[in-house]
Amino acid sequence: MTTATAPAPATAPNRVAPGEALRQTMTLTWRNLVQIKHNPMELVDLSIQPIMFVLLFAYVFGPAMAGSVTAYMPILIPGIIVQNALFASLSIGMGLNTDVGKGVFDRFRSLPIARSAPLAGRIIADTVKQAWSMAVLLAIGIALGFRVETSWLNLVPAFLMLLAFAVLFSWASVFIGLAVDSPEKVQIFGFTTIFPVTFLSNAFIPVSDRYPHWLRVVMDNNPVSKLVDALRGLLVGHPPGDPSGSLPVGGPALTALVWGLVIAAVFVPLSLRMFRRTA
Amino acid sequence: MPYAIRAEGLEKRFGETLALDGVSLAAEPGTVLGVLGPNGAGKTTTTRILATLTAPTAGRAEVGGYDVVAEAHRVRRLVGLTGQYAGVDEMLTGFENLLLLGRLVGMPRRAARARAAELLDRFRLTEAGERAAKTYSGGMRRRLDLAASLVARPRVLFLDEPTTGLDPRSRGDLWDVVRELTGDGVTVLLTTQYLEEADQLADDLVVIDRGRVIADGPPEQLKAQVGGQVLEVAPVRAADREAVARIVGELAGAAPEVGEALVSAPVSDPAVLTAVVRRLDDAGITVGEMSLRKASLDEVFLALTGHRAEETAATDEQETEEVPA
Repeated sequence: MTTATAPAPATAPNRVAPGEALRQTMTLTWRNLVQIKHNPMELVDLSIQPIMFVLLFAYVFGPAMAGSVTAYMPILIPGIIVQNALFASLSIGMGLNTDVGKGVFDRFRSLPIARSAPLAGRIIADTVKQAWSMAVLLAIGIALGFRVETSWLNLVPAFLMLLAFAVLFSWASVFIGLAVDSPEKVQIFGFTTIFPVTFLSNAFIPVSDRYPHWLRVVMDNNPVSKLVDALRGLLVGHPPGDPSGSLPVGGPALTALVWGLVIAAVFVPLSLRMFRRTA
Repeated sequence: MPYAIRAEGLEKRFGETLALDGVSLAAEPGTVLGVLGPNGAGKTTTTRILATLTAPTAGRAEVGGYDVVAEAHRVRRLVGLTGQYAGVDEMLTGFENLLLLGRLVGMPRRAARARAAELLDRFRLTEAGERAAKTYSGGMRRRLDLAASLVARPRVLFLDEPTTGLDPRSRGDLWDVVRELTGDGVTVLLTTQYLEEADQLADDLVVIDRGRVIADGPPEQLKAQVGGQVLEVAPVRAADREAVARIVGELAGAAPEVGEALVSAPVSDPAVLTAVVRRLDDAGITVGEMSLRKASLDEVFLALTGHRAEETAATDEQETEEVPA
């Protein structure tokens, strides 16, 4: 009775110290990763599915597109890594939707923790998953004849670029996650937008004069094409089928990040508005 | 004595809907405040404001002496929350859920593990502790949810309809936990649709309807106000209903409700039963069925508001739509 009335001293901080916030973020990262242990399907999602796509594309499209599986690799592997990064960003929206639906979101918000920790924890966990998927895709690519023709060190900027874009792009998934009432709907929405967007790019084919002009315009200006260009430039170093040609990295990477910023600029305010309505 | 929970004139608007229309309430430390009301009355919204999950449109509230808006972080250090829907991560085990919360509130790893084990044991979940929560039954999930809200040893606990859908044993367990906690000086705010639950646990009651407080006071006082019990009489001949209604009305001191077969009225004095029997006998009316039972929340509502609880169901849908609990 006596202790109940005594409030914490008035000097108790009304904010979270930065060190505490970091520790809370790491705890929530652990939470998002340890889930995989109880949901092995997620690991399948993160490994088997990319491998399956690479094999299907390589053996079905490769010979027709580039003459052979090996010759198709410089086109396919950067393209599919980008596509996979976009799909993986859906997991943020799906997880958020599940947390809101199950009341976990409210539980976290009622705790004396940094407001940013739940989302930051999710993004860091997502980064780990992205790195894993990228490693799986590279490994299967190398098994089929893909070669990093520049320098392995280029994997670092390549990963950072993809990650930066994925984090910006994932705000679209955060918004959808807050707007719809089931995680499946986030997935459906993601598939019906990400598939067309990645296919209307140079991710799986060399863009050529065979396509109508308007389609070329779309393909050339698609942010996915810019990311794929930058990634090919970083890992392969030259256009597919043209070993002496050069592939600039800075321009496309910058354009892609500007696209990412525009997407975030649209969806961050929308998400925050939706978030306030939900709260 | 300072209040552990105090709210004054809370208003909450969701678009066109006024979910709360001036709710005031207070709880002294170490007591249980029962918030009673039908679905959609505003119980969940009130709880969410007090637990810092949403800000009021107008009015103010303090928990442990701290303002729930301006000093939200300080309030969060004091409170625990159990929502209407079990707020546990279904992909984690019971143990991991509790460990996660312990770590989040800053417990060292060893202490968080010990606390998790202790709470699993207290809520009969030790055996299921290593299983993912998605495999739990509804009752087990509720228990885990309650355990989760206790990890940080809160001084103020919000229980939003904690026993809805629970089996009697789990409900009894929860009541024991609440009594134990208040014994330790914890203040509990409990929302419920069950009059009996409020009666069992609450030191004080607030009855909310359509976003307004329509009655408050200790349970005994409210029951006396509305009649704690309901007398029901079913005459054999339907033609006798009017006469029965007159007698019951006269003795119960409240206007009886005449239904298809039953005449019912709230009564506060059980002795009315024998008096009614005598008068019916004198009048030569044969009774097919007669009973005295505890008033349901619906009847309390009828007595307090003049309308039945179900009538507010429409507002409820709107509220739950915009406030995922």
